[in-house]
Amino acid sequence: MSVTVGIPRALLYYYYYPQWKTFFDHLGVKTLVSRETTRGILEKGIKSIVDEACLPVKLAVGHVLDLYGRVDYIFLPRIVSTARREYICPKFLGFPDMVRNNIDNLPPLIDYDLDLYRKGSSLYNFFYTVGRQFTHNPARILTAYKASMESLHMHCRDMEAGWLPFEPGVNHNHEQRPHDGNIHDVTIAIIGHPYNIYDRYISMNMIKRLQDYGANVVTADHLPEHVFRREAEKLPKQLFWTMNQRMVGAAFYYFDRPEVDGLIHVASFGCGPDSMTGELIERFARKESRKPLLNLTIDEHTGEAGMVTRLEAFMDMVRWRRQLDDVAATYY
Amino acid sequence: MGYMWICIKAMLEYLNVEVVVPPPSSKKTLLLGVKHAPEFACMPLKLNLGNFMEAAELGADTIVMAGGCGPCRFGYYAQVEHAILRDLDYQYQLVVLEPPQKHIGELLSKIKHITGRQSWRRVINGIRFGYHKAEAVDKLERMAHYCRPRETKAGTTDRALQNALKEIIAVAAPEGLPVALNRAVDIMKAVPLEKNRPVLRIGLVGEIYTLLEPFANQDIERKLGSMGVEVDRSIYLSEWVNEHLFLGLVKNTRNSKLAKQKAVKYLRHFVGGHGLETVGSTVLYAEQGYDGVIQMLPFTCMPEIVAQSILPRISSELGIPVMTLIVDEMSGEAGLVTRLEAFVDLLARRKQTREVLA
Repeated sequence: MSVTVGIPRALLYYYYYPQWKTFFDHLGVKTLVSRETTRGILEKGIKSIVDEACLPVKLAVGHVLDLYGRVDYIFLPRIVSTARREYICPKFLGFPDMVRNNIDNLPPLIDYDLDLYRKGSSLYNFFYTVGRQFTHNPARILTAYKASMESLHMHCRDMEAGWLPFEPGVNHNHEQRPHDGNIHDVTIAIIGHPYNIYDRYISMNMIKRLQDYGANVVTADHLPEHVFRREAEKLPKQLFWTMNQRMVGAAFYYFDRPEVDGLIHVASFGCGPDSMTGELIERFARKESRKPLLNLTIDEHTGEAGMVTRLEAFMDMVRWRRQLDDVAATYY
Repeated sequence: MGYMWICIKAMLEYLNVEVVVPPPSSKKTLLLGVKHAPEFACMPLKLNLGNFMEAAELGADTIVMAGGCGPCRFGYYAQVEHAILRDLDYQYQLVVLEPPQKHIGELLSKIKHITGRQSWRRVINGIRFGYHKAEAVDKLERMAHYCRPRETKAGTTDRALQNALKEIIAVAAPEGLPVALNRAVDIMKAVPLEKNRPVLRIGLVGEIYTLLEPFANQDIERKLGSMGVEVDRSIYLSEWVNEHLFLGLVKNTRNSKLAKQKAVKYLRHFVGGHGLETVGSTVLYAEQGYDGVIQMLPFTCMPEIVAQSILPRISSELGIPVMTLIVDEMSGEAGLVTRLEAFVDLLARRKQTREVLA
């Protein structure tokens, strides 16, 4: 009988799920993803963790609880660092321990360290230790690892081609995302952590809403790595959070692009890194650009109506400003 | 940050650098900081920003700040604060002392930039002088922690501590320090004490800035002292300097290695800041028979939130009451006092019942 590994639909799921799934598939291990976020899942998470934790962490705990009783293992890698001399947020570093010390009778956690901080550390070590749990055949782990890297690249290429993670219709041929037939007269860049903007419940379907308002939505994940890294070098000191480097780099890049009409920065309440980078982006926007920037902070109380009002107002402003620019261009 | 200015000032003045000490952090400092800092930044950043603005009014032109490389936000503070100050038209030059990215020369040239034409020998002497002052201050603070709950007349310890610190501050050259320290220790010893009075012992753990800066923690040590509690902090300035700046060069001092070992059972990886030390020290205090532990953190502090979520487990497994106090610009004094009194009452009662049972 094969075992089932549960993967919470939270945090870095949006980047690495294809990789993890392929890896486990090749080892003959079944995977189960927690259900899509609902009010119930979020409530469960809020009840089980300290109030001060940020929304994504509470939600992730909710997803872990959703897997409770349905799986043999829970895959909760301690993602310390995914690039040299860079970290992920401290809460990711302690997340497995936060879960372990707050929830009793959990199924065993697979929480090996994924740490690429030092020179010479390799992703393979991590996958090897994980693989050893299920097979003793190193060759099998290596094949699984190679296949998993392949699907990670595929996933990244898909996103660079303009798809959103796990959007229906992705065909993996890396062609630009076809036009969907509706009229999109403006382009809006959404800058935020993947687990905030792609989770439909948490972001209140922000991307879909904007598309319905006639906007083309681009995110930081549509940029290849070298682009946002180059842009982020405009900062006086290199940021040591990988994800925020992506956000800042993407924000700088989109501020410079003529086809982007406005930016939305999405942060969750109490997010540590975002408080710093949000400030940097805002200051950059004021000084270097005329593009409108909307700062949205989300937490577990966000009311949908408030969000809709702000998005609508923002869209109106973007269109209005563009018209004004057109008029100005005609006269001068 | 607490009494840190004493040693930094000593060090830089020894090197003939003119030092502007901003007025002690106050409501005004905090208001200045809150007004201009990002909303979700933690309180240390806001206070710091306020300090710099107040120092600018007194004529400072260069900021010297420590840096870091994550994952705690502190590593990026200097840059964000500098950007804010620049937008507010403060003409500051920024010097960040941090682990060099490429070459050790970067750090050395920065030190050279501050000190000017001084020999390296003198620079090193200056640093040592600063460190010894930190040690002296810590020693006096420890004595004050011991005296406060036992003093026969309320307030004598605080007055003695202030006088003793004045002795230390006044020293301008390394040679004079031992004598001054002796005088200071004598002042502290002169505080009349009732040695047999039963006291509670509480360990303070948490984020370093809130622990060391009396304004940030609303003078919690004095408040607890006057309630008859002997306090121990998990972090003292000289220990921190020794560990992080000298990389453990000075031997035979208490360091966080033990705390880190103790923490492993509950938290298996470091989380930046002092998260791991907080967890480990709590375990240590429990083992040393302290009556309770208080964790202090600024609102939204990431490493401490991780620690905070783990402390309840330690508390129930090792049977030590733990209270978490979160401070931010909205903290009120009365709220804090009420909570402290309740906590201390609880500990006293618990101790009493145990003694009766035993």
